[in-house]
Amino acid sequence: MSGPAPAPAPVMLRTRKLVKEYRADGLCVEALRGVDIELAFGEFVAVMGPSGSGKSTLLHVIGGLAASTSGEVWLRGQRVDGLSKRDWAIQRRRHIGYVFQTANLLSTMTVADNVELPAILSGVSARQARQRREELLDDLGLTDKARVAPSRLSGGEQQRVALARALAHHPSLLLADEPTGNLDSVNTRDVLRLLRRTHAEGQAILLVTHDARVASNADRVINLYDGMVADDWSFG
Amino acid sequence: MGDPGSDPARVVEEASIVRQPLLALLAKEPAHGYELKLALEQTFGAAYPSPNIGQIYVTLKRLEADGLVRSQDVEQTTRPNKRVYELTPAGREVVAAWVDEPSDGPRVRDEFFAKLILAPRAGLADQMELINKQRHHYYRLMRGLNDLQDSASRQDSAARLLVEGTRLHLQADLDWLERCQEELV
Repeated sequence: MSGPAPAPAPVMLRTRKLVKEYRADGLCVEALRGVDIELAFGEFVAVMGPSGSGKSTLLHVIGGLAASTSGEVWLRGQRVDGLSKRDWAIQRRRHIGYVFQTANLLSTMTVADNVELPAILSGVSARQARQRREELLDDLGLTDKARVAPSRLSGGEQQRVALARALAHHPSLLLADEPTGNLDSVNTRDVLRLLRRTHAEGQAILLVTHDARVASNADRVINLYDGMVADDWSFG
Repeated sequence: MGDPGSDPARVVEEASIVRQPLLALLAKEPAHGYELKLALEQTFGAAYPSPNIGQIYVTLKRLEADGLVRSQDVEQTTRPNKRVYELTPAGREVVAAWVDEPSDGPRVRDEFFAKLILAPRAGLADQMELINKQRHHYYRLMRGLNDLQDSASRQDSAARLLVEGTRLHLQADLDWLERCQEELV
């Protein structure tokens, strides 16, 4: 079949010559030294590399949790580095979901409210937020824990709730920093299963990990070394 | 990966991998070749390098020639005779010694490491490229193990633990590649 060439796949995330320096006591540490990466819509990319290679810093800069020193970050075609704190917060609430190594759930709220909160902050109706929360907790086998305080849950359950919370507002991009770092094998399997399922439904994921079992669920693996991309490879 | 039966070196290697488990199965009770194949598959699942029936018979013949098993034909009325194998006293000693001695630890000779050190000296390859290529290979293996794990039933703990062990070895290999990268590149 002939015809016009297909349009290039739209890009969800792009960094250009991203640099991040930390200064302390007159010392300057270059955590990122010119990182160019791209993530297509719906793509699942794992970032690996030795500790100190800059992988967590990369995630923090992309998610607006740390400011870059120079370079560019583009999210959904919009340049986001250099946004004001307020504008970044709006971006994040709408488009980014975050999950870290520790769950950091709000201890004074129920599990259900923890999951619904980001959806409500992003502007969806209370009814929609509740539906989404029910769906996510059901997926994670946590429906019967909806009304309890997070402190009543095991570490693995808390981490699953944190993942549900990160996905509650249907973010364009899920940023995950060692999400299974504190989990045993069984809980890791459950978290990976949910990541795979949401990815299959079109969720874009950028995940930092040192665990190859986790990384091998991704479409692509980027290796950082010394603040630079040492390898960028797709499962064929 | 091709059919292991087509590569003589691999047949020999696989036959030696299967030797001790066959003796250990026969230590429980006499059995014929096909029963032994089924027992291996059922115990270790898809994770185990499953020997084909030819490899099992070759191995049994060798074990017999070495005096570790003996066999006799058992008549069957509706089907051809089957050959049933049992351990000899010498075979029982070999199994006992195998069970008793510690199994091989991690290898000191590593084929990849020889490549990594020698190939760049000869101008045949770049070390970073070699490391990355090897990494990709491990990622693929890891993904294969994930699929195996997903297909293994949860009750199948022997197969699950075997996969888990292989995964941990792979992770260690990847960590070691990282060390090579830090030291050499």
